Amino acid sequence: MAYPEKILDYYNNPRNAGTLDKAKINVGTGLVHVPGYIEVIRLQIEVDPATSVISDAKFKTFGSGAAIAASSLATEWIKFKTLQEASQIDDMYLVEELNLPPSKIHCAALVEDAIRAAINNYRLKNGLEELRFEEVTTDFEA
Amino acid sequence: MLKLPVYLDNNATTPCDPRVVETMLPYFTEIFGNASSRNHSYGWAAEAAIDLAREQVAALIGADPKEIIFTSGATEADNLALKGVFEMYASKGNHIITTEIEHKAILDTCKHLEKLGAEVTYLKVDNEGLPNLIELEAAITPKTIMVAIMYANNEIGVINPIREISAIAKRNGVLMMSDITQAAGKIPVDVDRDGIDLAAFSAHKMYGPKGVGALYVRRKSPRVKVTSQMDGGGHERGMRSGTLNVPGIVGFGKACELSFQEMNAEGKRLSLLRDKLENALLQMEESYVNGSRTHRLPHVTNISFRYVEGEALMMGFNKNLALSSGSACTSASPEPSYVLKGLGLGDDLAHSSLRFGLGRFTTEEEIDYTIQAVTDTVNKLRDISPLWEMFKEGADMTEYY
Repeated sequence: MAYPEKILDYYNNPRNAGTLDKAKINVGTGLVHVPGYIEVIRLQIEVDPATSVISDAKFKTFGSGAAIAASSLATEWIKFKTLQEASQIDDMYLVEELNLPPSKIHCAALVEDAIRAAINNYRLKNGLEELRFEEVTTDFEA
Repeated sequence: MLKLPVYLDNNATTPCDPRVVETMLPYFTEIFGNASSRNHSYGWAAEAAIDLAREQVAALIGADPKEIIFTSGATEADNLALKGVFEMYASKGNHIITTEIEHKAILDTCKHLEKLGAEVTYLKVDNEGLPNLIELEAAITPKTIMVAIMYANNEIGVINPIREISAIAKRNGVLMMSDITQAAGKIPVDVDRDGIDLAAFSAHKMYGPKGVGALYVRRKSPRVKVTSQMDGGGHERGMRSGTLNVPGIVGFGKACELSFQEMNAEGKRLSLLRDKLENALLQMEESYVNGSRTHRLPHVTNISFRYVEGEALMMGFNKNLALSSGSACTSASPEPSYVLKGLGLGDDLAHSSLRFGLGRFTTEEEIDYTIQAVTDTVNKLRDISPLWEMFKEGADMTEYY
């Protein structure tokens, strides 16, 4: 099974791999692991509280190259976006951008969950109500 | 000069030895006769070539040439053995004993026979990959017709105690069938010493061509019979009809002869290289050999690298290493290798495994390259693995596995 070039590129040169200090009040951490899937995805955001802009984003992922690529791409997309904008990222954007094969589409859904979990973790730490996400059409643009 | 990719998937298939190819070539063009043509020299020449090949194949496993039935490969031979015995011995019983970690050619054939009324016992194996012989004997009933247990496992290379297993079968009056595909030509297999009544194997795992294999069927004490699963023409003593694949069989014979002559030296050389590879990779933390290290083929090692995923490892080799992973994720929720699960490995370790299968043409330079490539990739992936970070921080990992 040959992988699309873009996946290989992100796998070989992962952008934003690493760790943010989860003890900091303005860092939100989303750790996603769904039983039945092997992937474990951790996505972290550092937020400027004055503007709600994500000033930094990092990931670490256990899973296939597709899962790593989807995580890395997502950190690029959410960086310098507002929390509101980041929360609009839909997994299908990741699927399309990376041309994920059918067996890897769930990786994008897990990354979407991780973004939202990171946002809610930040909100909880800062006394804000958790957002509830519904499947809605969004106008996010990469 | 190192030629990439390095091929370490010799349990899947091997390249043809050039000496094998050379022996085969005239049988495509000049000596093209049908070995069943009795009335002209083309047929006689083909028949003579088949006779020689049959001797070479038989010699490899200590059999009589008359006991060799040529097939299209080990899968067909497995099918013929199981289905043929099930049909032939129907009046004696319908029970077959095998293990959970047999090749799919055995397991899927057993599943098929279950639909036709067979009772099949699938013995569990221990964490070394070996069946419990007390459980084996306890599983035998008056209805048991056959024990089918592989000589050596294709994923982990673990060698079963075939002599002890066949002794149990024999004293209970049950036939002993063994898929010897991974062992034949690699370690000494002797059907008399090992007490085997039926044995399936193929040419392409021992530097012969694809599409040809054999079933050994014992002729004396006991005289074993199988019902043909392919009818028409009555070739191979009526057990397998179909015009013989003369070039393939000639190549199979040559491959057996070469393996027979070179097995000892090759086994020693490969076990040294394998041990070098294995010891170097075990230097990494949280890496484990799967299956017994003592009862094992000389050219195989299966290693799990915890907290990295097998498919990601393969991608990291950047097409420079050709080998197999226990994490064959072709579906969304992948089932890792049933062999590794059978050893009791959790999904984590099963998904993190690589099988290294060395072969006749593997060089030390390739092994050195492999050690470096695998070590670098494991370290790189652990750097971006959240599980590795949590593990290093001493977190409780049970939630993830």
